Amino acid sequence: MTGADALVKCLREEAVEYVFGYPGVAIAPFFNSILDTDIKTILVRQEQHAAHSANGYARTTGKVGVAAVTSGPGATNIITGIATAFADSIPIVVITGQVDSKLVGSDVFQEADICGACESFVKYSYIVRNVNDIPRIMKEAFYIANSGRRGPVLIDIPIDIQKAHIKDFNYPDEAKLRTYRPTVKGNAVQIKKVFARLKEASRPIICVGGGVHLAHAEEAVREFALKNEIPVVCTMMGIGVMKSNDPMFFGMVGNNGNSYGNRAMNEADMIIMAGARVADRSISQPDLITANKTLVHIDVDPAEIGKNAGPEIPLVGDIASVFEAFNQQESVSSYDNWIDTLKAYKKETDDKKLKNLLERVRKASLVTPEEFIIQLCHKLKDDAIYVADVGQNQMWSCGNYIMRNGKFFTSGGMGTMGYSIPAAVGAKLASPDKQVVAVIGDGAFQMCFMELATMRQYHIPVKIVVIKNGWLGLVRQYQHFTYNDRFSVTDLSGSPELDKIAEAYEMNYIKLSNNSEIGDKIDAFLGDDESTLMEVDVNPSEIA
Amino acid sequence: MKRIYSCLVENRSGVLAKVAGLFWRRCFNIDSLTVGETEDKAISNMVIVSSGDERTLEQIEKQLNKKLDIIKVKTFDESEGISQELVLVKIRYNRDNRKDIMENCQIMGARIVDLSKSMMTIKMCDTPERVQMFLDTLKSIRIVELARTGTLAVTKIKEQSDEK
Repeated sequence: MTGADALVKCLREEAVEYVFGYPGVAIAPFFNSILDTDIKTILVRQEQHAAHSANGYARTTGKVGVAAVTSGPGATNIITGIATAFADSIPIVVITGQVDSKLVGSDVFQEADICGACESFVKYSYIVRNVNDIPRIMKEAFYIANSGRRGPVLIDIPIDIQKAHIKDFNYPDEAKLRTYRPTVKGNAVQIKKVFARLKEASRPIICVGGGVHLAHAEEAVREFALKNEIPVVCTMMGIGVMKSNDPMFFGMVGNNGNSYGNRAMNEADMIIMAGARVADRSISQPDLITANKTLVHIDVDPAEIGKNAGPEIPLVGDIASVFEAFNQQESVSSYDNWIDTLKAYKKETDDKKLKNLLERVRKASLVTPEEFIIQLCHKLKDDAIYVADVGQNQMWSCGNYIMRNGKFFTSGGMGTMGYSIPAAVGAKLASPDKQVVAVIGDGAFQMCFMELATMRQYHIPVKIVVIKNGWLGLVRQYQHFTYNDRFSVTDLSGSPELDKIAEAYEMNYIKLSNNSEIGDKIDAFLGDDESTLMEVDVNPSEIA
Repeated sequence: MKRIYSCLVENRSGVLAKVAGLFWRRCFNIDSLTVGETEDKAISNMVIVSSGDERTLEQIEKQLNKKLDIIKVKTFDESEGISQELVLVKIRYNRDNRKDIMENCQIMGARIVDLSKSMMTIKMCDTPERVQMFLDTLKSIRIVELARTGTLAVTKIKEQSDEK
């Protein structure tokens, strides 16, 4: 048995279904050995997308996504995908081929120090120096990626190690790491403290982030909010934790959040932050949020607590286990006045927003993006997976997405353009029975539309909406406000005709150019289970 | 504020780079860093002295603990530890300043470990403050070469906690 055989055997032990990748000489032994297994390989069209597809797969299944690429440029191309997974704490394992061990360090053809390059955005990385270490390293890598605070693990493996003979293959039952023991259970004393403070508080609020999804704690959080009647807001990564029609839910906070969510955060006297980083885009002045309120910060990563804001009650632990412990406690007093106030804010804002939207819809010559997203969400299947890209389309998606029983993915931390289509590919492979829709702008589309070939090759029917305005909309919008309409390097003239792109990749194509046809066109778009590209024409002056 | 982080780490290649990279990426200061093997060859001890505000110093400890190659981090203030530093300084002397230098060495407990007609090498091992104090006395003299280890530190003995 060779090292490469051992690698794929480990993947089978980990019940890996798919490997997203791009071959090259330095990873050729691995891709040769994988032919002897039932693991399915997906050839992406650029290495970065292998990591994004693994990311979409991981977010859909809760399992580790796997990508494998070659050395040098293959490895450096996947860096953005690794960084994207790191920023959102998504469990993926990336295997990179490396030049022969004896040549490492001599700058030979296609050699790159990928572990060095990725050090600051992997959870951990390995350079395999001995073929007999493969089973242990693989076991550890999968465990590290998908425990504690999830994240990408990189395994760099020289070609000679892949070819070397392994003495005896023993896949360990568990990873034994003396340096890594993630805290799972929340401290009982701290949990009691939270409840003691809740009893004194009159305006508590829960702010949920992506950590709640990663811990699969959505139900526990919903139950806690409902049982204790505490309002909930979310960060961008926390979208989908609460169902949109949950009476305790008050939308997204932050720069791009809604006014009542932010107002609720400002006026609260106690914030329970769960699985959120308190980063600049969601909390504008982290220092100030503790000024006149109690901050409870729950996170599986102790380093996250107190990084951006000093909490009064830090609570380290797995979000699911902490909220399950919360739910064992007797429910606290009710906050009727507070909830009534928030509901009034919400109603007032929503009414105004709706009136304003109807007015815009009536006047618009092209499609009003918010109206489109709302109607799209209404027509999606209950459990559809919605992948938003980055840019104005993301803001419109986040602001108007309606969560029922589906999932919502986006590149929140890194804001990587071109994430949505490859991530949607991973999601669709993970749940072939579910509707998977990627919503993307025309800028990001041109960063990743080579993946339409992957979809075509492997018959992966993803629905793609391209919100097209001929500009890099979010930067244009920034230049509009900050530089008085001095638009610099944001004009996308020269972009291809999308109908021809769709034709070239044998996709159905639908064009939507005005508000009156939104409903019918979406019906046609979602009417079958084939790959469809929908072009939605939006005025460049629309503000997200 | 200064703080000392005494870290037991896996004695593997790349660990120093990973730890140094962490300080660089997160804009933490490294005032000094020393690395050496422990009694167990598989484990090295890294003593890092850093300075910053309370939040930064706390973050450093948490981020160090997060590193998978770090087995254990002991954090303490200077007052809670025994810190020592070694310096070797080669200077050029003349008849006028020779006596002063030798007197200073005697006062500060430094030793002359190498000597020629015009040059001498002095060794001093003491707390970082006293090492600095001694080096300050050499300011007017031409230093030819200087090598300094950085701070080594262990926590002060507390019978009960150390017995555990």
